[in-house]
Amino acid sequence: MPDWKPPAPYRSHAPDEQPPLESPEYGSTRLRSPRQPLVALPQGLTELTGPVLGSDRVGPLDHDLTRQHDGEPQGERIEVFGRVLDGDGRPVRDTLVEVWQTNAAGRYLHAGDRHPAPLDPNFTGAGRAMTDSEGRYRFVTIKPGAYPWRNHHNAWRPAHIHFSLFGHAFTQRLVTQMYFPNDPLFDQDPIFNSVRDPAARQRLVAAFDLGATTPEWSLAYRFDIVLRGRDATPMEDEA
Amino acid sequence: MTTPSQTVGPFFALGLPWADGPFAVAEDFPGAFWLRGVVLDGAGEPVPDALIEIWQADPAGRFDHPDDPRGPVATAGFRGFARCPTDTDGRYAIRTVRPGPVPGPDGHLQAPHIDVSVLARGLLDRLVTRVYFPDEAANADDPVLATVDAVRRQTLIAKETDDGIAFDITMQGDHETVFFTF
Ligand SMILES: [Fe+2]
Repeated sequence: MPDWKPPAPYRSHAPDEQPPLESPEYGSTRLRSPRQPLVALPQGLTELTGPVLGSDRVGPLDHDLTRQHDGEPQGERIEVFGRVLDGDGRPVRDTLVEVWQTNAAGRYLHAGDRHPAPLDPNFTGAGRAMTDSEGRYRFVTIKPGAYPWRNHHNAWRPAHIHFSLFGHAFTQRLVTQMYFPNDPLFDQDPIFNSVRDPAARQRLVAAFDLGATTPEWSLAYRFDIVLRGRDATPMEDEA
Repeated sequence: MTTPSQTVGPFFALGLPWADGPFAVAEDFPGAFWLRGVVLDGAGEPVPDALIEIWQADPAGRFDHPDDPRGPVATAGFRGFARCPTDTDGRYAIRTVRPGPVPGPDGHLQAPHIDVSVLARGLLDRLVTRVYFPDEAANADDPVLATVDAVRRQTLIAKETDDGIAFDITMQGDHETVFFTF
């Protein structure tokens, strides 16, 4: 046996906190979800470590999606900010947060997006930021638009911002979507509703934060993100 | 009390691919090879909008990470992480190197392996699998492979190719790849 203690594993998700891979009301899951049960993988060092991606991946304006072109994008200027925490409330420091979104009209700058809404020459819709020593991140952007898709008759995605996070371990990797409060499109969206637990689903919805708005400049939404946590101290083999 | 996962959707190419994404190691890293494969859906059709990510140890089985209890080891030209979107034929290609054996949860060594995440439209959470190496004697004693039934185990073992190894991923169906949860 080695003379070191393995790090503590990350805890499992609570039941219904994660969407089931097979969610037939979201049509694309039908051929893309495994039919065999997932196999339990004990967390070894490959799972308990992960890429340490530094701030060299983030340029000075990468967090500000309104300043990546010569002019300003159309739309409602907003700040999206929050903290990245683990399941025990500890900040996840110095970790990369990546976002992408539509423009204000609900159109992605992507060849595959056929929605007949205008592109905005002053908006790309991709951003990057590192969390600080308290796990905080901040983006400046414009509010994305809703867009139609072909999942069911007259299907519309509620406005959302895609988020990608690494945390500090392969186990903590998270790709998710942030929604805006009180969106009337929630009820008919099978992706949002794929999260069965209503409380967990609400954790995908940002909070409007009047106190964080900038007068005569921008509105603000807070979106805290919780990655998997683990026991604070490594497990002891012997008492 | 975690934030739920949501699908990466069809338009992640706007934000996630990096110019150096497919390189877990520098092009000329000693022993570097190509890990290639195709991603297939339950109808056997290629998946042209998946993102493959890998994470692995260096050739000595070490990580440049503060939680490695043996101490972090940085190796020039080695990142250990790569990401590659699939092309219109569902194919990905990642430049990497064979990792050393890595301790499992009880400290016992596991056979060399590469952890893989599969992200795609239609996947509400990522799929996780592992690449093991062909002709690796340690596979016979690997505690993870031992938990998988012998027929399905073959889906975790890459095949040798001219310039490296091939690891195809079948999301659903007769030859469905073994996917893990942790
Ligand atoms: Fe989207």
